[in-house]
Amino acid sequence: MMQASLDGALARLCPLERVRAFADGGATFADDIWRGLAELGLPGLLIGEAHGGLGLGLLDAALAAETLGRHVAPTPFLASAVLAPLAISAAGSAEQQAAWLPRFAAGAALAALAIGEAVAGSGGEAGVTASGGRLTGVSAFVIDAAGAEVFIVADRAGGLHLVTAGAPGLSVVPLATIDRTRSLGELRLADTPAEPIGEGRNAEGALTRLRDAAWILLAADMLGASGAMLDQAVAYAKERRQFGRPIGSFQAVKHLCAEMAAELEPCRALVWYAAHAFDAIPEEASLMAVHAKAHLSEVSRFIARTAVEVHGGIGFTDLQGLHYWFKRAGLDRQLLGGPERLRHLAAKMQGFA
Amino acid sequence: MDLAYEPRHDAFRQEVRGFLERHRDRWPTGAGAPRTAVLAWQKLLIERGYAACAIPRAYGGHGGEADILEGRIIAEEFIRARAPGPLAGQGISMLVPTLLEVGSEEQKRRWIGPTLAGEIVWCQGYSEPEAGSDLAALQTRADEDGDDFLINGQKIWTSTAAQADMMFCLVRTEADAPRHGGISYLIFSMKTPGVEVRPLKTMTGHAEFNEVFFTDVRVPKSQVVGARGAGWAVANATLKHERGMLGDPGAAEARLAAIVDLMGEAVGGGERTIDNPALRDRLMALQGRVLAMKFNALRLLSAQLAGEPAGLAGLVVKLQGCELNHQLAALAIDVLGERGVLYGGGGERSGAGEAWQQRYMFDLGLIIGGGTAQIQKNIIAERGLGLPREPKPAQG
Repeated sequence: MMQASLDGALARLCPLERVRAFADGGATFADDIWRGLAELGLPGLLIGEAHGGLGLGLLDAALAAETLGRHVAPTPFLASAVLAPLAISAAGSAEQQAAWLPRFAAGAALAALAIGEAVAGSGGEAGVTASGGRLTGVSAFVIDAAGAEVFIVADRAGGLHLVTAGAPGLSVVPLATIDRTRSLGELRLADTPAEPIGEGRNAEGALTRLRDAAWILLAADMLGASGAMLDQAVAYAKERRQFGRPIGSFQAVKHLCAEMAAELEPCRALVWYAAHAFDAIPEEASLMAVHAKAHLSEVSRFIARTAVEVHGGIGFTDLQGLHYWFKRAGLDRQLLGGPERLRHLAAKMQGFA
Repeated sequence: MDLAYEPRHDAFRQEVRGFLERHRDRWPTGAGAPRTAVLAWQKLLIERGYAACAIPRAYGGHGGEADILEGRIIAEEFIRARAPGPLAGQGISMLVPTLLEVGSEEQKRRWIGPTLAGEIVWCQGYSEPEAGSDLAALQTRADEDGDDFLINGQKIWTSTAAQADMMFCLVRTEADAPRHGGISYLIFSMKTPGVEVRPLKTMTGHAEFNEVFFTDVRVPKSQVVGARGAGWAVANATLKHERGMLGDPGAAEARLAAIVDLMGEAVGGGERTIDNPALRDRLMALQGRVLAMKFNALRLLSAQLAGEPAGLAGLVVKLQGCELNHQLAALAIDVLGERGVLYGGGGERSGAGEAWQQRYMFDLGLIIGGGTAQIQKNIIAERGLGLPREPKPAQG
């Protein structure tokens, strides 16, 4: 039900023209869309009712992520609405929870997540070192970076820290990526004061939970984006006529559509199950999350190129707009580990590597 | 999809695990297991509710209620223990659901029980030399002769015809009706005079299929299943079950588990193929696919219990499942390396290679049989996505 009302809201808030205006306009944050989502309670999805949230689970967040991917919604979500609240709810101190969760739930504070190096390995010298309550280093590919008031940062040892915007020695450099619907940035820290999250508690466990949730939501985003690309390809194949008949009546085209559907449909249950495992079957959660992210990455790459091909020349144009979904899935695939790396981790989790 | 474990499920898992351990000496293992042991095991599984659980007791089933999570636990524990599962085959997977759906009470009582017990083996008479993907073009005739039909014609690709006791068969009973309207679904004994089975040797070197010839085969009219002339609809119900059977993710899960075992074995020089990153990556990629199909099957089961249509999730099972099994067999052959080509030499040495090569080749038959991959794609596109059918070519 939540998914249906979100779907309706996004159809109003960000039709393709709005997505295009955002992507071409150079703005880093769409206040109108975020406000609309906050009215639905989206930023407080996982936050307990005591702190003004809805107190739902990751399965609900995954359904929301799928819907956002389906609409290529240019809005913060992954870090601001799910992962930062999750980190602070699960491992934050009572003070941190009281300070941040109500503001997150109301959509009044945006949060970013800097765990890329700890999860996906660092490129070059990237990585953050913690010492005496201060952080130094670089974290690239920080999620929901633009406008964030607070950053959740993982250090090289897997500990989590909270850094507020404007802290001494902190700077955020925006990263331009193929996907203009989401905000990525590079975080630079020079002896920057930080509060530990989960001090005296299992900080590594907290990072694992964050990572698993992120993988599942990225998979859900790809599920939505791929579903939208398939639907557009099918609609176009029914309508476009060549040789006196709809191109979708030619088996060459029809079979491409069938292959996309055949690859995508079983992915739904995989993503749902992974999210359900995160909520209710903790011993299965990591393996299901890593497989969901890896498998959806492969399927969505196939669908992205095939949906463009079904459209023919028009699919390749900016005007058709199919490329927004193509690029959205392209970013999801690379973030927090590509499929080969994830499958290696899947093997390690089972003692095969 | 509602899949929440409760404490009783842990207890149930322990129960299944305990059952399998207690009865390990009764497992009919390997292809050479005596038939009596196979039937005794099946009987035990039905009594226990691990097979034919939701089929009424009056028809020889367990007479219980299907529980999605319990069903999943049973499948998982059998695979985990590498225990032989319940009997499958065309009688149990295709005929029984069809009889339950459209059979007469007398037919249900007579045929379902012995079929579930493994006492009656069935084969399917659908395809003909001139009716493959275009099944409705079938020409085998059943002409009225008093209370009987007299069948003349030929079937092909009939698996287990040589061992089968009975056949369920599509024949043309109404010569003048339009092609879909003139077909009836008949069941009869393979021992009926005029039935001749000729083995059809395939690329595997074995005769997994047969040709079956009919010359004046006399079958009482009472052995029509469903209404006379409605055989096309009855067959479509059966094909739906066959496609479910052919794409069954349980088989893929069992194969994956066997490959994991194989890759963990030390071969020459103490190396294990699981340590080869390229092979391990293929294994993990296939594991992801197996999981997707496994949860898709749970989703289907859950939809079925809720009386909801299966939709695309059901239509894709045959195409995806058969391809997945084929890829698993291909990986196993590559894992075996040179040993993967041993075939037909007999003895332990050629065992693993022969088994996987045979599956690899036979799977290609399954990708083609039961509606080719290309026919499956037409079905997915037309029924699932609403794409237009290919226009009929202009006559003359």
